[in-house]
Amino acid sequence: MAKTKSFVEEIELQGHIIDSLLLPKVLDEILTRGGTYVIKEIKLGKRQVDPSFTRIEIKADSHAQLDDILHAVHDHGALPTDQKDCAYELADMDDAFPERFYSTTNYRTQVRLGGDWIDVDDQEMDCGIVLEVPSPLTPLPEGEGKQMRARCLPMVHVKKGDPIVVGHQGVRVMPAETAARTSLFEFMSSAVSSEKPKGVTVREIATTMKRTKAAGEKILAVLGPAVVHTGGVEHICELIRLGYLDVLFAGNALATHDIEQAIFGTSLGVWLDRGLPAEEGHEHHLRAINTIRRVGGIESAIKKGVLKSGIMFECVQHKIPYVLAGSIRDDGPLPEVITDTLVAQDVMREKVKGVGFCLMIATMLHSIATGNLLPAVVKVACVDINPATVTKLADRGSQQTVGVVTDAEPFLRALVAELKS
Amino acid sequence: MKNPRILMCPADHYGIEYEINPWMSRARGAAPDRARQQWRDLHDTLVKLGVQIELMTPQPGLPDLVFTANAGLVFGKRFFSSRFTHPERQRETPHFDAWFAAHGFSVERLPEGVYFEGAGDALFCGPILFAGYRIRSHAAGHLHLGNALQRMVLPVELIDKRFYHLDTCFCPLSPDEAIYFPGAFDAYGRTVLQKHIPKLIEVVEKEAERFACNAVVVGKKVVVNAGSDQLAADLQQAGYECLSVELDEFIKAGGSAKCLTLRLDGEDAAVW
Repeated sequence: MAKTKSFVEEIELQGHIIDSLLLPKVLDEILTRGGTYVIKEIKLGKRQVDPSFTRIEIKADSHAQLDDILHAVHDHGALPTDQKDCAYELADMDDAFPERFYSTTNYRTQVRLGGDWIDVDDQEMDCGIVLEVPSPLTPLPEGEGKQMRARCLPMVHVKKGDPIVVGHQGVRVMPAETAARTSLFEFMSSAVSSEKPKGVTVREIATTMKRTKAAGEKILAVLGPAVVHTGGVEHICELIRLGYLDVLFAGNALATHDIEQAIFGTSLGVWLDRGLPAEEGHEHHLRAINTIRRVGGIESAIKKGVLKSGIMFECVQHKIPYVLAGSIRDDGPLPEVITDTLVAQDVMREKVKGVGFCLMIATMLHSIATGNLLPAVVKVACVDINPATVTKLADRGSQQTVGVVTDAEPFLRALVAELKS
Repeated sequence: MKNPRILMCPADHYGIEYEINPWMSRARGAAPDRARQQWRDLHDTLVKLGVQIELMTPQPGLPDLVFTANAGLVFGKRFFSSRFTHPERQRETPHFDAWFAAHGFSVERLPEGVYFEGAGDALFCGPILFAGYRIRSHAAGHLHLGNALQRMVLPVELIDKRFYHLDTCFCPLSPDEAIYFPGAFDAYGRTVLQKHIPKLIEVVEKEAERFACNAVVVGKKVVVNAGSDQLAADLQQAGYECLSVELDEFIKAGGSAKCLTLRLDGEDAAVW
């Protein structure tokens, strides 16, 4: 696993830095002291007397190492770029940002406070950044920034008086390549293709899941009802029993058809063992919902022996937290379904904390919704029979997604086999 | 051809009153009468070579004012005043600035916090200004100077504290020729000098330690401290004549012929 170099500073070097060998010297200093660099900008003088200019980002493993590098390169004329603290305004009303608010991405972001760069917590796209500063109206003294916090804040949670970052000054976004685990999934450089050898892709996803588990991070699954329709329930149950699923996001449909299968043996009225429609089978899913509602919910149904198998059963048995988010077309819904969209968002936000890998199977809208909440460092594998689902996910900003175009059940069968091997 | 013009400051108040380089020792001190005589010999040697000497008024309490090379960098009628590293020498600046202002130069300064010790660390060889850094001057100051002069400035790192100024280990003779002591530079610096100066004459360590590189060049005559025999022979080969002047009283302070002079009309090696 590639180690993240988290301590970053930018320097400028200008003058006859090529002929004097100052540029290679500075780069050598960075490398020999254990740092890495990215040349962000370079302008070469056109005539011999013209100076050249370069802006270099230095990355180090620790604050001390970064200081050591900065000290060394300073002696060769490299100066920190002229930087200012981030600017902020106090929110003038609840539930909306000030007009000039900084709009976040899902990439790792830092804000400069009191001369220090601090990480923004709860990284999420399409939010603002709220600061937790002691006294919002007085400038922070130099060196005080390290004790401060900044975090992403959804628009609906703004409270009047919150210090909200405005403009781009003192905000920097770490490019994707600096994010953690860059070495993973590298071979799958094009996001989605139906013409890739599935075995290799599945093996890589299995490896990533093993690494995620070993690293103590959570694996999140976002599942659509096709997982049940195609006969994938038992494979998901096996993933849960093997310890490869820590959080489940789904909608009313997945849970309903999973329970339908557990009670009636059908999914959308079709016998899963025979592939034929059952008589009056179209009523099964509604009857399943009704049964669960009558006993007061999924957990209660398990306790009373009404529900004895399936994904939801295994989740409860293994204490796997699940979030069922509702939609306007839901039948029932099941009592556990959260019908207030904003509440569902917040619960999902809470549950994505600590997630290191996300497996999205056969659901477009839940996948996009989850993608919106995940920081870009979380790798995502999106499995769908329709290539457009993966494309849409990437187009909405979740560019860390690797796509597998295949049906749900064959993928899951191969994945479980790979995880067991 | 106009006579070369050089600024000097008589050694009336010269002495070792503090220690700011490895050469200085207050315990050993300098012999005032002998120092004044050696300064006079250098002065007279230069006058005989046709140099027009300008004299500054020596100041009590400023023993190093005698080393006029460190006043600043002269470029045409512009004078880039030094920002000395050591407070002991910072007191010299008002006197140098006043002299240059009174003699028709525009006095310019480098940004605050950037150290720069004048012609001691900045020497033209051809159109390029070679600039020593790390020990006394900052690379950032030299890079700034390049912008101000609109000339190529190549900072070279000095790595031996004995050779704390560029003019103690490097001396341009002509636009394409210089003497240097390689051991004073790091590998990058040596490469830069070798790449940009077609003819480089190496000075041996024994003579470099006697400040053989701290020479005053007037046409084809090179004035150096006595005892630079190997260099004298090498210079003769290259078509130069070496004139020796005993300057050991000034070596006690870490300076020699070049440090005691500041060319006001551009060095012979400079192409502006």
